[in-house]
Amino acid sequence: MYPANFHYTKEHEWVRVEGDVGVVGITDHAQNQLGDIVYVDLPKTGTRVEQGKTLGSVESVKAVSDIYSPVSGEVVEVNDTLATAPEKLNEDPHGEAWLVKIKLSAPGEIQQLLSAEDYQNYVAAEESKH
Amino acid sequence: MLSAIGANSIEDLFAHLPAEVRLNRPLDIAPGKSEYEIVDYFKARGEENANGYASFLGAGVYHHYRPVLVDTVVSRGEFLTSYTPYQAEIAQGTLTTIFEFQTMICQLTGMEVANASMYDGSTAVPEAAMMAMRITGRDRIVVARTVHPEYREVLATYAQHQGMPVAECGYRRDAGTLDEDDLEKRVDEETAAVIIQSPNFFGIVEDVRRAAEIAHRRGALLIVVFAEAVSLGLLEPPREADIVAGELQSFAISPAYGGPFAGIIATKEKFMRQMPGRIVGETKDSRGNRAFCLTLATREQHIRREKATSNICTNQALIALMATVFMTVYGKEGLRELAEQNLAKAHYLAGKVPLRFSGPFFNEFVASTNGRAPDQVNDGLLKKKIIGGLALGRFYPELENAMLLCATEMSRREKMDAVAEAFQG
Amino acid sequence: MIRKVRPHINQNEPLLFERSSPGKRGYQLPALDVPAVDAAAVLGGRNTRAEIEGFPEVSEVEAIRHFTRLSTHNYAIDLGLYPLGSCTMKYNPRVNEQVARIEGLAWAHPYQPESLSQGILEVMGALEKMLAEITGMDAVTLQPAAGAHGEFTGILLIRALLESRGNPRKKLLIPDSAHGTNPATATTAGYAVENIKSNARGMVDVEELAKSVTEDVAALMITNPNTLGVFEENITRIAEILHAKGAMVYMDGANMNALVGIARPGDFGVDVMHLNLHKTFSTPHGGGGPGSGPVAVKGPLAPFLPTPRLQRVGSRWTWNYDLAQSIGRVRAFYGNIGMHIRALAYILAHGGDGLRNATKDAVLNANYIRTLIEPYYDLPHKAPTMHECVFSDDRQSKRGVRTGDIAKRLIDYGFHPYTVSFPLIVHGALMIEPTETESKDELDLFIDAMISIAQEVEENPEVVLKAPHDTRTSRVDEVTAARKPVVRWKPESTSGKAAD
Repeated sequence: MYPANFHYTKEHEWVRVEGDVGVVGITDHAQNQLGDIVYVDLPKTGTRVEQGKTLGSVESVKAVSDIYSPVSGEVVEVNDTLATAPEKLNEDPHGEAWLVKIKLSAPGEIQQLLSAEDYQNYVAAEESKH
Repeated sequence: MLSAIGANSIEDLFAHLPAEVRLNRPLDIAPGKSEYEIVDYFKARGEENANGYASFLGAGVYHHYRPVLVDTVVSRGEFLTSYTPYQAEIAQGTLTTIFEFQTMICQLTGMEVANASMYDGSTAVPEAAMMAMRITGRDRIVVARTVHPEYREVLATYAQHQGMPVAECGYRRDAGTLDEDDLEKRVDEETAAVIIQSPNFFGIVEDVRRAAEIAHRRGALLIVVFAEAVSLGLLEPPREADIVAGELQSFAISPAYGGPFAGIIATKEKFMRQMPGRIVGETKDSRGNRAFCLTLATREQHIRREKATSNICTNQALIALMATVFMTVYGKEGLRELAEQNLAKAHYLAGKVPLRFSGPFFNEFVASTNGRAPDQVNDGLLKKKIIGGLALGRFYPELENAMLLCATEMSRREKMDAVAEAFQG
Repeated sequence: MIRKVRPHINQNEPLLFERSSPGKRGYQLPALDVPAVDAAAVLGGRNTRAEIEGFPEVSEVEAIRHFTRLSTHNYAIDLGLYPLGSCTMKYNPRVNEQVARIEGLAWAHPYQPESLSQGILEVMGALEKMLAEITGMDAVTLQPAAGAHGEFTGILLIRALLESRGNPRKKLLIPDSAHGTNPATATTAGYAVENIKSNARGMVDVEELAKSVTEDVAALMITNPNTLGVFEENITRIAEILHAKGAMVYMDGANMNALVGIARPGDFGVDVMHLNLHKTFSTPHGGGGPGSGPVAVKGPLAPFLPTPRLQRVGSRWTWNYDLAQSIGRVRAFYGNIGMHIRALAYILAHGGDGLRNATKDAVLNANYIRTLIEPYYDLPHKAPTMHECVFSDDRQSKRGVRTGDIAKRLIDYGFHPYTVSFPLIVHGALMIEPTETESKDELDLFIDAMISIAQEVEENPEVVLKAPHDTRTSRVDEVTAARKPVVRWKPESTSGKAAD
């Protein structure tokens, strides 16, 4: 379910490192909790973001969730297809529906994130609370 | 019912209220009255007001004829006694009329999207200004002094806690239009929006294109305000605006001493998600039939809470329905003909009194009282059961010997002649 | 069994723009008694438009049928129980509509001389006085246009008073059960928001609150009874805690229908509050407004009330604009006067005793519903119920049925649903407010419907999940509406489906 080469946050974002760039998305668990996603608000290319700070938001019909950046750096690419096809976030959150690419300013931050296994356990624990 | 609940009396249901919060005496309000007494009471209050007067007041509230169909429709309990159409399956009546309303507002204003209404024109102005702040990421507002003075006062109330400095741009003392040279000086790279009104408070048509050009050159938005919606039957819509904020009172909404009215905000499609207020959208039901529902609700307070585009919740749906019925009854030809009658009446009256400004006007204009106090002219008219114009000194000290006169399709020629006569007297 | 309704025919109706054909008209203007004017000549050719493109053209009969047919697609209080919690959907007396249309009142211009406006000013003065008596406050402004607008006004008053004392402070405390307007208002008035958690009884946790009240706190915004329909029993203690730190108590009066004649916010420590005339005082909801949101304050806040203030000088009413400390205007003119007329008519019709009896009946009705459906639905907070009760879908969700589904199924039983998924502190909330309007017969039908739906959830959840079944419009696709917004009619977008 959760790709082993991704790094995860407790706020349900993931990042995949490609050289000095981190590809960022939200997890399958996150899209599932939100339900049908109708709109994605993302920063412009060139925006500087910080780890743990708001990167944008995703909206379902009756909810808005902030997306927190898993890494710090500069946004170098934004996934424009989500503007017209937000449903892709429901269909393929770990693949085609990545959100932004960030040029990492502090690659060491990755070490603070969760592994796939840790994230899976974290989600399981969250769900058992309900 | 009490036995089902397991209580001995209704009083038991309040027993948990702490003694110190209880009101231990009856309310000091007289015993209930019959329907007849209530009608009688309000009739008597109506008699104490101006009754049977002809009026030449405008200034944001206009006397237009209200087609009978308007009250017929809004008196239907299905419209009158329903609420915000959260449950689309049993609210298609309200939703469909709001969709039609949004469409007609777009057609009138030349904008691409419109909301389902704001409280009124005056509150639509600060809402539009805050919207411009969100869109541009800038915080300064430049507003023309020819925008309704009370709208500007409301803007000031909202602006003071938004970190939104508001500068005013003067007007040309000859033409009564906004002073474009002054505007050029005041708009800079920190300006979020320029706010103008057309027809402006003096009734004069502003050059929207020129204002847009000045605003846009500095990356600011242009907000165009209208207070007299009937003018849009004849005037070129403010297509160059980024946001239009208006008042619909002219569309079959009783003056009612100032409210309830209905405001609107309309804008370009690209700014839709920054728009405040309810929006209705078209979709389908599970059987594939066309249906309408509230949409883009994530902008709103009940979802986004402190990050909402506005705190507005209840709007003016029934008043917007009045405007919808009005627009339907008059339609494409009627609204134009109505506007033409207003234009003709106002120009008839204007031809008989000294005009203060030279700019082109729609159905109201500023008249000079030739060194006399406007009240002197008005007092004479009151004796003839005519309410004259609005003395402008309270809003524009430099215009203390001038009044704003308005004529509509309801202004009779003989009354206008009486007004003209009073100016000579 | 569905006893209240059976399907009947109602008609399709296209949009006005599809109904329209060139040259049709539904109006007749009088002949012009002055010379016509060439618009392009006096306004300038580039200032005039050729036509309003797309504007409808229909006959008078087509217009009335259009709106009448559409009206039959609506549910309304006039058709039955409308138990939207926190919205107080009570009967809207028709005499109120009639008196609001009396010519001298409806056609009064806000700038007409005060000497010719004494009747309407008397109405406003009388209403201010009665609202002050009902709330136990010292002064009232009728200017705000709706509840949220009243909140904005009230918070600006608090800010102005604190500022006059040297420091407007930084934040507002808002319980997690509050209406969304409260935090949105805080932002509009320039305050940060700190959420206060409710305790297990659904009330503000006094100990937790005390920890949060610092010198940075301007006020607590509290709803009482709160959105669970529970009276905040510690309200006087809560007010003491705020006042001890120089902070104020703002009360959201949305739920005042539970208190009129029984308890007065002014007597339990509230400094400023708003009322919703379209809730407690019966002015019609009109498909979403107009409302009216008068604000009532204690003496120290009165100097800051919006400009202008109504005042009595000798035997005359007059507007006072000379208010050095006022927060300014919150809207043009003086408020939603048409709603003030209706609210005063409601108060006059009830009288002091009648108002109190209405409160008692509203609380009785809510308790009756609570007691009879509690065996079938989870009631997470057991504190005594005032005017509304809040259940959760905890039991039904185990069968895959959520509060939104139960709501849709209620429609098949002939009722408007309750408020869905609010307050947020109850997962899967069903918020039910019957008001005093309803008879035992109507309540029993509703209770039967709720019980029947609970049984359907056990036996045949599909029938609930796919509801409503018998409406002319079935479940509406809100997802597509939000993903691909179509917010106005365009000729190309709907051609060929004129029959709706």
